[in-house]
Amino acid sequence: MSLTRRSTLRLLATTLTSAAVPRVVLAAAPTERRLVLIILRGALDGLAAVPPFFDPAYRQLRTTLGPGEPGSADGALDLDGGFALHPSLRAFHAMYKQGDAAIIHAVATPYRERSHFDAQDLLENGTLRARGATDGWLNRALGLMPRSDTRVGLAVGQTVPLVMRGTVPVGSWAAQTMPELNRDFLSLLSQVYKSDTAFDVAFTEGMRAHAMNDEVLGDEKSMGGNARGAQAIRATTSAIGKLLASADGPRVAALDIGGWDTHSAQNARLKQMLQALDDGLTGLRESLGAVWRQSVVVVATEFGRTAQQNGTNGTDHGTGSVVLLAGGAVAGGKVLGHWPGLAADKLHQGRDLAPTTDMRAVFKTLLLAHVGLPRDGIERAVFPDSRDVRALDDLVKA
Amino acid sequence: MSTPAFVALARFGLGARPGDLDLVARDPRAWVSAQLTRPGAMPRALSALGTGQQAAAEFTRIVRRGAAAVEQNIRQGARQAYVEEAGLRTQAQVESDQPVHERLVAFWSNHFTVSVQRPVILSLAGPFEREAIRPHVTGRFHDMLLAVARHSAMLVYLDQAQSIGPNSRIGMRRQRGLNENLAREILELHTLGVEGGYGQADVTAFANILTGWSIARAEDQNLGGFMFRPFVHEPGSKILLGRRFEENGEAEGIAALEMLARHPSTSRHIATKLARHFIADKPPPALVDRLAKAFRDSDGDLGHVTRLLVDSREAWETALTKVKTPNEFVVSALRACAPGFDAMRALGGLRSLGQSPFAAPSPAGWPDTADQWLAPESVMRRAEWAMALATRLGRDRDAQAVLDTALGPAARNETRTWFSRAASSTDALALVIASPEFQRR
Repeated sequence: MSLTRRSTLRLLATTLTSAAVPRVVLAAAPTERRLVLIILRGALDGLAAVPPFFDPAYRQLRTTLGPGEPGSADGALDLDGGFALHPSLRAFHAMYKQGDAAIIHAVATPYRERSHFDAQDLLENGTLRARGATDGWLNRALGLMPRSDTRVGLAVGQTVPLVMRGTVPVGSWAAQTMPELNRDFLSLLSQVYKSDTAFDVAFTEGMRAHAMNDEVLGDEKSMGGNARGAQAIRATTSAIGKLLASADGPRVAALDIGGWDTHSAQNARLKQMLQALDDGLTGLRESLGAVWRQSVVVVATEFGRTAQQNGTNGTDHGTGSVVLLAGGAVAGGKVLGHWPGLAADKLHQGRDLAPTTDMRAVFKTLLLAHVGLPRDGIERAVFPDSRDVRALDDLVKA
Repeated sequence: MSTPAFVALARFGLGARPGDLDLVARDPRAWVSAQLTRPGAMPRALSALGTGQQAAAEFTRIVRRGAAAVEQNIRQGARQAYVEEAGLRTQAQVESDQPVHERLVAFWSNHFTVSVQRPVILSLAGPFEREAIRPHVTGRFHDMLLAVARHSAMLVYLDQAQSIGPNSRIGMRRQRGLNENLAREILELHTLGVEGGYGQADVTAFANILTGWSIARAEDQNLGGFMFRPFVHEPGSKILLGRRFEENGEAEGIAALEMLARHPSTSRHIATKLARHFIADKPPPALVDRLAKAFRDSDGDLGHVTRLLVDSREAWETALTKVKTPNEFVVSALRACAPGFDAMRALGGLRSLGQSPFAAPSPAGWPDTADQWLAPESVMRRAEWAMALATRLGRDRDAQAVLDTALGPAARNETRTWFSRAASSTDALALVIASPEFQRR
C-alpha cells in the first residue's frame, strides 16, 4: 500500500504524542441537516436574476438590460406567471418546478450605505454595523450546537470567510495543487509551530481538514485545481457536497463567488456568472445525493443594484436584491416576500428596489426551522438585535 | 533574536539575500532610508516593456474588429502580455537592490488596485503600476492620485471611460448616462475612507464632476491616452463635500482630486494603512496620529511620511508579528535560496498560494492582516510550496547556508533544534522557509 496522506496522518497520530496532531475521530455529527451558504460578492442584480415582468415600471427602468420575456428567444424562464428567472439559471428553474427551490425577492441586510466591503462585513458578522463583531454569525450558530469532535463547519477555499470565523473550530477545503508533504516533515512542522500560537492553530486545523478530506474524497481531492471560472465552481461544489454527505463530515459550509459587480456590460457578464452559479448548484445536488433531501443551499449577496440601468449598460450599487434557496428541504416552488413595486415613488431613495424582507429573517428561519437551533440562542448569540425580525413561514418542508 | 538588520530586511524589505544580513547590519536605518531619498530607477527587468497607451491603443483597435476579436485577444495576446509582465515584475522583486522601494510600489499598487479579474485590463495592469504608481511612491500623494485617475487601466477597471453626464450633449441624445463606480471607490478606498464623511449625494456629484474623463479612441487623437470629452461632461455646478464646483470641464475633476488629497480624512486613512502594513495589524494609534499629521503638514509628501515611519521608535521596537502575504513569502524565499529565476514556476507558486500578481479579488485590494492570510488551508499550502522549492533545489543548496542567510540570529531555538534533527537536507531547507519566523515580518 502506498503511503498516502491519509495513512500518513493515521501513522502520525499513533507515533506522535503531540497534541498538535489530531486523531481523526469518527463521531456522530450534532445534526443531520445540511446548510450551505453561498455568498455572491460584488452585489448580484436581483432584478436581472429574477425579473418582475409584471411590474409596468420594469421595462422603463431596464430598457436594454436583462433577459427577454419568457417565450422570446433566449428569454427568461417563467416562474409563476409574474416573476421569471434568468435563462442561465436553468437547473435552478428545474429545482423550482420540482418544489426544491424558492426565491425571496426585495431582500436586504440592515445595511443602507453602498460600500461593498462594509456591506459584506455586516452580512457576515450578523450585527447591525460593519465591524460590529469580529466573528461570523454562522460560526456563532455552530456554537449553539452540542459539542462535537467533528468539525461541523466547513470553510471552502484557502481563506476562511468572516461568516465562518470565530471561536468554534471549522474544517476547510481547497483544491489540492501541490504534492503532499512527507510525514517526517509534517512532524517537524508540528514541533516548530508549537510556540507560535497562530501557526500552531492553523496547522493543526489544516492537518485535521486534510485528513478528513482525504478520508472522503480520496484521489478526487485535486479536482478543480487548474479549472477556471465555472468549471472550478462546479468542481468545488462537487467536492464539498461529498464531504457534507459523509456520515462524520461537516454539516454547514460557506463559500463565496466573486465577480458580480456589473457596472458595465452586465448582460454578458451575468450570463456567464449565473451559468457558473447554476452549474455549482447542480454539482451540489448531484454530490449530496440522498442527503439533498435534508439540505438547504442559501445564496445571498451584500446588496442589490440600482433599479434603473446606469449609463454604461450596467447598474450601480443599490439596496434590495434576491435570496435564492435550493435543496430538498426547501418548501419550494414559490417566490416569497412582499413586492414593493418599481414605480418612482416606491424606490428606496428614489433609486433602488426597496427592501421589504430583512435578510436576517431568512437566515434566522433556516437556523430555527431547518437546523433546529433554539430561538433564544439565535437572538442572543447569532443575530443580536433581531428580536423584531420575524421568521418566515413555510420556508422549509415540515 | 531579531537584530536591527533583520528588522530592516523583513519589515521594510523583501527578506535577505546571501550576505545581506551582514551588509545591512552596518547601518540598518540608513539602508532603509537611502531607498526613500534616492527614488529607485525602473528595474531593468521592466525597462523594455511597452506603455499603457500602446496597450490601450492596441485594445481599442481590437475592439473595432468586434466581440469575437476581443475574446480572442483576452485568451491570447492580452493574456500573454499579462503573464510576461507578471513574471518580470516578480523577477524585479526577487532581484531588486532596492527592496524597500519595491515594497512601497506593492503597497501603493494595492492601495490603488486595478485587477485582471476584469480581463479587459489584462494588458493594462502592469503598465498602470509602472506609470501611475512607481514614479510617485516617494513623491506627492496628490500626483499619484491624479496619475491613477487618468490612467487607462483605472478608467476601464472602474468603468469611468464610459460614464456620460445625463444632461451632456451626448447624454441627452443617446439616452446613456452616469457610472458612479470610480467616483465611489476614489472616495471610499483611495482617499477619505468609508467613514471619511461623505454620502450618496457626494458620490453622485463626484461622478458628475468626473464625466468626460476617458480614453482617446481615434487614431489622430492621442489614441489610447487620456482624453477629456467635453460633449459627455455633465453641465452645471456640482456640490462635493459642501464645496461648490462651478462648471469648468476637466478642471473640475482636477480640483476635486486636489481637495480630496488634502482632506483630513485622507491623511488619517493613508496613515492607518501605512502603519498597518509596515508595523502591525493593529497599528499603534500614536504612530498613526504622527503620520497623519506629517501627511497634512507636508501636503502629502509620501517620502517625508515614509521616512517618519522608518525613523519611528515603533518601527524598530514593535515585534515582527505581521504575516507575509503570499507574494512577500514567495519572493523572500526566492531571494534567500537564489535558485535562478523561473517565471512560470514563480507565477505557479503565487497562484496556488492565492495571490497572482495584479489579480486582487476586488477594488479594495489584497487583505493586509494575518487573520486573512493564516487560515488552515493557507498554512498547509505554504508548507507544501516550501517543500516543492526545497525539493527542486535538492543538494544544490546547503540548508545551513539558507538558515544563516534568511534568519541568522533571528532563528528561534526550536527551529534550530528541529532543523538539526531533520531527516534530510531537503526537509531542513523546507523547514527554514516554512518556519514562523521566516513567514512573519
